[in-house]
Amino acid sequence: MIKFKLNGRDVSVDVPEDTPLLWALRDELDQTGTKFGCGVGQCGACTVHVGGRATRSCITPISSVEGAEITTIEGLHPEGEHPVQQAWRDIQVPQCGYCQSGQIMQAVSLLKDYPDPTDEEIDGVMGGSLCRCMTYVRIRKAIKKAAAAMREEKSNG
Amino acid sequence: MGKLERIAARQDRAAGRGPTRRGVLLTGLGSAFMFGFAREASAAQTYPQNASLPGNGAFEPTVWCSVGTDGVVNVNIIRAEMGQHIGTALARIIADEMEADWDKVRITYVDTDPKWGLMVTGGSWSVWMTWDVFRQAGAAARTVLVEEGAKLLGTSPANCVARNGRVIAGNRSVSFGDIVSHARPTRSFSPDEMAKLPLKPAAERRLIGKEVKALDIPSKTDGTAIYGIDAKLEGMVYARPKLPPTRYGSRVVSVDDSEAKKIKGYIRYIVLNDPSDTVPGWVAVLASSYPAAIRATDALKVTWTPGKTANVSEKDIIEHGRKQIAEKTGGSCVFNDDGVDEAFASAKHVFERTYTCASVLHYQLEPMNALARLQDGKWEIHCGNQWQSLFLPVIAKALQVKESDVVMRSYLLGGGFGRRLNGDYAVPAALISKELGGKPVKLILTRSDDMQFDSFRSPSIQTVRVAMDDQKALKGWQHHASAGWPTGVMAAAFMEKGADGKPYDQFAIAGADHWYDVGPMRVRALDNDLADATFRPGWLRSVSSGWTPWAHEAFLDELAHELGHDPVEFRLSLLTAKGRNAGKAPDSVGGATRQANVLKRLVEKCGYGKVQLPKDTAIGIATTFGQERAMPTWTAGAVQVHVDRKTGAVTCQKIWLVLDAGTIVDPDGAMAQTEGGALWGLSMALFENTEIENGNVRDRNLNTYTPLRITDIPEMDIEFVDSTEKPMGLGEPGVTTIGAAIANGVFNAVGVRLRHQPIRPADVLKGLSEKKSA
Repeated sequence: MIKFKLNGRDVSVDVPEDTPLLWALRDELDQTGTKFGCGVGQCGACTVHVGGRATRSCITPISSVEGAEITTIEGLHPEGEHPVQQAWRDIQVPQCGYCQSGQIMQAVSLLKDYPDPTDEEIDGVMGGSLCRCMTYVRIRKAIKKAAAAMREEKSNG
Repeated sequence: MGKLERIAARQDRAAGRGPTRRGVLLTGLGSAFMFGFAREASAAQTYPQNASLPGNGAFEPTVWCSVGTDGVVNVNIIRAEMGQHIGTALARIIADEMEADWDKVRITYVDTDPKWGLMVTGGSWSVWMTWDVFRQAGAAARTVLVEEGAKLLGTSPANCVARNGRVIAGNRSVSFGDIVSHARPTRSFSPDEMAKLPLKPAAERRLIGKEVKALDIPSKTDGTAIYGIDAKLEGMVYARPKLPPTRYGSRVVSVDDSEAKKIKGYIRYIVLNDPSDTVPGWVAVLASSYPAAIRATDALKVTWTPGKTANVSEKDIIEHGRKQIAEKTGGSCVFNDDGVDEAFASAKHVFERTYTCASVLHYQLEPMNALARLQDGKWEIHCGNQWQSLFLPVIAKALQVKESDVVMRSYLLGGGFGRRLNGDYAVPAALISKELGGKPVKLILTRSDDMQFDSFRSPSIQTVRVAMDDQKALKGWQHHASAGWPTGVMAAAFMEKGADGKPYDQFAIAGADHWYDVGPMRVRALDNDLADATFRPGWLRSVSSGWTPWAHEAFLDELAHELGHDPVEFRLSLLTAKGRNAGKAPDSVGGATRQANVLKRLVEKCGYGKVQLPKDTAIGIATTFGQERAMPTWTAGAVQVHVDRKTGAVTCQKIWLVLDAGTIVDPDGAMAQTEGGALWGLSMALFENTEIENGNVRDRNLNTYTPLRITDIPEMDIEFVDSTEKPMGLGEPGVTTIGAAIANGVFNAVGVRLRHQPIRPADVLKGLSEKKSA
């Protein structure tokens, strides 16, 4: 039995230790917002936060997150109103949407490190997240919009 | 009516089936109002999510939409949602015509049912196919609502207008919801009456062409969107295939699961027996979890007798095509104009070039999957799919049951790009469930399975040649193209007939039947049967229009340079809009004139021929008519490329596109589709391809397959021509010009002509060194 915190709740799963976190989230804990894309950590569709850091859940064995705090797209904000989610809707980023949970989780992580990212910084961090619909132009735009909104929130708060 | 619908209706008639599928659709359209329409439990998804839907007492003037007593309008969408926000685009056609309040519009992506007629989503057809029928359906609803609203307001319909979900007479009004709850309208229309209903003039459109948020987007930002891979049923088991060494003809000799048995959760294996021959040689591995299915499949040992194609390579297929082109006979001609042979026989000069394109994988991000079970005597297939009407019968055949015993539940698609037009992945899920007595089973392909089993874009080879007189004026044109034929393999009955009466795959030649005036033309499609035997050729975004312009648009540039003409002026001189290129209503009003117009506008925008660019940097241009001659989206594309002479790397710095697609129904969706399409074009031109090795594709994941990423995107400037003509498609035209424009740009930058796609640095370096030594 492996225990960790998922989106603020204590959870436990009874699966083999080498089970990738991705499948435990999707099939044992019914959090299907996190997606299976390549299975080798190279497309980013499975990105979640482990201890606040963007992590590829498809190559993370469940045993390695014992006791950790994990956030998935479902837990990013209780009403789905994180500034990055808002920007994604304002800019109408998603097309098929399959990669977008991972893109959003990666972008939230990016903005922690780079509150005012340049194109190069965005490319450097987001380059690991594949979007087959090629929504890249809008991803860049939405990240900048979210960054501006978060900076304003901070200066007002 | 869409082309495929016409073909389907024709086939139904020929087969003596009645009422025809199309007939059912028309009957539905013309039927009396249906109250309390009983919906069976389904997977059909509604957007916005958790919104109310019209309940009992709803007014349902056609199968396409209903109005509830609370004024909520539901629009039924039979097209697959795979990122094009198609529900939002189509719903607003009905909503605009009926003058609905957009905030009260809901969309439902429905499951298969014969009443919907042909269910297919591809070819950028959806808006074009639905435009007339949805406007008529909206007009029917509006007509009745105004009549009944007028009665409630104590006036005549002539004194009333419908606006924003209300019927208004002077300063008094009544809402659609109140009309439905009080008047309970019962008027019905015959199909003929429907077709005669007055439609709003373009100037009166209030939703079409306006910015509206896509209804499917919010759920794609918070993890609540449900794709096929997310479907879950009580008691289901997981399955993964152990794939045979060849796509066809492999036979299982022996299976050893002694190692698989050591995997916790492994249940059993099944050697599939498939009467539809969709997945010959498959062995399915069942487990209680998907990770266990992955591991057990890896551990399972299967011995096969491989099929005949176990040693086929990409080169074999291309060389086979080269031989087919060299033969004067064979294939089928889209155009075979009188005088073409005479033109070549009497030519003073003949100019000829050959172009090739590599295999391209779909790599839609959601790997193929399907969930199947037998429930209440009906086989349910849960998955995202683009062509239910094509594969439901195949699933029925595999299961040896009637088509009416199979239903396909609709889910969002984690990418389509044509892969899910081929529903082959649903067949093994059904077969496994059958073997388990109808128990629910969810089959998922790992990424490497998905790539090996992809129904990918065939490699192709094309030769273009022109005949010229002593003045070097064009007197005749030939375009010969050899590739695998997806429609020939999977939907042969849907193939078109050529000028010579022989069937051809329009999706393996469309694009070559261009609108230039080049004298008598022969455009010949050749079925590369070695490709068909080795893999299952697929329809991939923009189908042949993704690769035929790679030949003729590069060829025109080469020819222009050969003749000392400017490539743009040369093209304009050929876009005369005469004869068959004059165009006709309603789809191609203006003909080639509109292609010339987008090209002229593009040149103005990008400064081609005027701006001074740095060394080894240049603009390349190409133009197409989008996807299909019968549904032209006039497209002109330019790219600015830089070539690094040391590394051979080609960088695309900027893309300009000008498109005339008639009326733009959904401007933001149109822009999104075109941005994505252009980047697909760029990705195929410079970043991604595979090759067939030993009968299978070489690449099995992103370690070696390298599609374009965010770091590679150029600046983009996309413009749509203002038009009130009938809307054409926009899912794919963005792709079509980019490859050839890049090849032309590379030539303009460094004088090297490359005729194989993708353009790789090694090819550029080779070209540079050959040029130096020449």
